[in-house]
Amino acid sequence: MPEVNIGDLLVSLYDLLGWLLGAIGLHSSAVSVLQKLVSGFVLANFVMLTPIFTIWLERKVAARFQDRLGPNRVGPFGLFQSFADIVKLVIKEDITPTGADKVIFNIGPVLAVMSVVGIWAVIPFSSTMVGTDLNVGILYSVAVGAIGTLAIMMGGWASNNKYALLGAFRTVSQLVSYEVPMIIALLVPTMLAGSMRMNDIVAEQQVWFVVAAPLAMLVFLISSIAEAGRAPFDLMEAESEIVAGFHVEYTGMKFGVWMLAEFVHAFTISALTAVVFLGGWRGPLVDQYPLLGVIYFLTKTYVVYLVLLWIRVTLPRVRIDHMNNLNWKFLVPLSLAVLVVTALVGKAVPAGVSVGGRSLVLFLANVALVIVSMIILARVSRNLQAAEQVSIDTG
Amino acid sequence: MAHEWLFVGMFLIIAIVFAIIPLALSRVVAPRKPHALKHQTYECGMETVGDTWVQFKVQYYIFSLVFVIFDVEIVFLFPWAVAYQQLPFFAVLEGVIFILILAGGLVYVWRKGALDWV
Repeated sequence: MPEVNIGDLLVSLYDLLGWLLGAIGLHSSAVSVLQKLVSGFVLANFVMLTPIFTIWLERKVAARFQDRLGPNRVGPFGLFQSFADIVKLVIKEDITPTGADKVIFNIGPVLAVMSVVGIWAVIPFSSTMVGTDLNVGILYSVAVGAIGTLAIMMGGWASNNKYALLGAFRTVSQLVSYEVPMIIALLVPTMLAGSMRMNDIVAEQQVWFVVAAPLAMLVFLISSIAEAGRAPFDLMEAESEIVAGFHVEYTGMKFGVWMLAEFVHAFTISALTAVVFLGGWRGPLVDQYPLLGVIYFLTKTYVVYLVLLWIRVTLPRVRIDHMNNLNWKFLVPLSLAVLVVTALVGKAVPAGVSVGGRSLVLFLANVALVIVSMIILARVSRNLQAAEQVSIDTG
Repeated sequence: MAHEWLFVGMFLIIAIVFAIIPLALSRVVAPRKPHALKHQTYECGMETVGDTWVQFKVQYYIFSLVFVIFDVEIVFLFPWAVAYQQLPFFAVLEGVIFILILAGGLVYVWRKGALDWV
């Protein structure tokens, strides 16, 4: 019987389960499949039940930002509000509009949930606790996340509704476009860690990558917000323009599943940012007690989540042409510049320099890049203003 | 190697099942009283005129086309980024030249006006 290590409790339980299954005479491959099934079930439960809390958190914090109280009737501090919402959604009638493409209409929300939950298979909770440490972890997270775009397009197209179709169109121009700077930004930590494996990336961060690549983190965060379709980039479901965009025809629990996917996605991008840029499970004493890593990781994730929430309640929705300009004319060139500068400066630093010194040099390079891009932006906007003035003067 | 992906496959199936459970639950619990009017397409109370699946603005198509070009080229950069630590300076420079060619494509699309929202 394997000994139970309190410092790494959940992994010990996993081993214990394997030992128990082996003890009742199962074949070793059957044991490992069952172990994976149980751990996958637990992980999926964690991911799917998190929104119950984050929705409450989001409503409560957003209310505080707007000088309201937020939900406070159901349970202490309104904690059970989400459960009440779930009950309400489940007992609502489910309507499929006539003329909708029924199969695709029903697959849409399921696929959206699958894509965001699937990302969690590669996210490390601690040095020992990770669903599966794929050697292409980062690429996998992007690839599975991209299925969500497809799901939204399917839902919008199949609804046979013009607003939904407009939402689907906007998805094409927004979600698809913002994938480019997101992937380029993820190339920078890959380069610094020399691996696409999530646990390697965390292990390489003696100095968090946010120091060596602050601009990459900024680009990643902005484009991930756009990917998740959250305010200020919620163009494809803009309530005041196209009613609710791609999910206007969804009712009851199908709508609930769309919302679930959206909230899980917001939580997922916080987790990805925490893992890739903020050192994931790294923290004091984590070598002796790997379980502490889970606490560090979740703390960082929630901090990023609160930042996302702050952005959401602060900024108004961007206009569609501004949204496209921000992506193609600012974020893409900027992320390419960050990539080039990091590649060249990282190689220019002599091999003997410590990790801290190297990060510092890269940080200074990033600062220089910020200054250069600010100068270019100032010049461009001055030219634009002058051109506008001329067109006003000449009528 | 293979068993790593086995977990991914199982996990994705678990995720799909988890998404279907609330839908199935709602199918059991929720009332069902179909009515032709209720199932009409929603359009702010108006009756929908014409077909929904029509020709759309070509701008959206252009954006997705530009995306495809970029995405394919970025896939080539990932192996370079993974090997970056071991690469000599010259190989890194080659990668940078590749990125600059990529940027050249962006400049071309930009100057052609494909990125302007009209």
